[in-house]
Amino acid sequence: MDSQAIATLPEHGHAEHEHSPHLHHHFATEDQQREASNFGMWLFLLTEIMFFGGMFTAYLIYRNWYYPAFVAGSHWMKIWAGTLNTTVLICSSFTMAMAVYSAETRKRKALLRYLSLTLFLGFVFLGIKAYEWHNEWVEHHVPGLNFSINDFTHVDPRYPLDKPLAPDMAEKTQSYFSLYFLLTGVHALHMLVGVSILLFLIFNAWKGAYTTGHMTFIENFGLYWHFVDIIWIFLFPLLYLISRHQ
Amino acid sequence: MSEPTHHAHTVVHPKVYAAVFGALLLFTALTVFASSLELGVFNAVVALAIAVIKATLVVLFFMHIRYSSKLLKLTICSGVFMFLVLITMTLTDYISRAWGLW
Repeated sequence: MDSQAIATLPEHGHAEHEHSPHLHHHFATEDQQREASNFGMWLFLLTEIMFFGGMFTAYLIYRNWYYPAFVAGSHWMKIWAGTLNTTVLICSSFTMAMAVYSAETRKRKALLRYLSLTLFLGFVFLGIKAYEWHNEWVEHHVPGLNFSINDFTHVDPRYPLDKPLAPDMAEKTQSYFSLYFLLTGVHALHMLVGVSILLFLIFNAWKGAYTTGHMTFIENFGLYWHFVDIIWIFLFPLLYLISRHQ
Repeated sequence: MSEPTHHAHTVVHPKVYAAVFGALLLFTALTVFASSLELGVFNAVVALAIAVIKATLVVLFFMHIRYSSKLLKLTICSGVFMFLVLITMTLTDYISRAWGLW
């Protein structure tokens, strides 16, 4: 399959009309067409890695600079909500993988079921995230709009061993929360885009698309959805977990 | 003429997906548990190691890279490598500008 996929037209490449109606004329085989499409999607995902990577690097550098502030800030994360959301996203990745499988095996009903489940789990994730953001608003932890250093200049009752921060370091918790809102916000934006495309996919699948042998759209959307899951797999420990004890 | 073309492409069995799904849930539980232990700097190391393992599982199985061509495998590896090079160079710059303060 490897050599075939990168080969140019074989000798009998234009053997008249024996190919599937989904095969574009500039590809020799369906495998080649499929791989070209996946390859393009992966190139896009690599640019996305660089896009998120810049923000992860900013997090890394500021965390080292204002370490006590980052520790104090992350102590306000709700670990149960982060764990639940990680689980929800992993479930949605599984249902998405099953949706691709259903398209491959041409089962329309199963495809619709798994796509709908993925959509539902996407909404659950966004709902839990919105709940957390709302709490942060109520707690005055939103830099620039609604922020108070009060929680950080006093001893946190849930972490009685923490020392209160000096006012200048307490101000730096805004760096933590800015990066938190940036990272989770851009991630949620990707989820919103994903959910919108899912609605479109479900509509098309309902009309009978993707189960006739041509499923690159479903496949590439699956890649996108899994990628967004991977971003969260890194966000969860970095924002919620690693400073639990410091 | 209208004979449906069958893909030489590997179709991954749902059992594989289910196994990966189980492993991902297990690693999630493990990373939350590990964060409750006092490990010093190793809290971050363990959390990131688990995240890398989870991401690799997703890429290999859910994203089918284990069954993909060498071209795709090589492209992804070089992309990730490039990403690590960029992070390293950025950090080299920051560390050497505030020498001794890190």
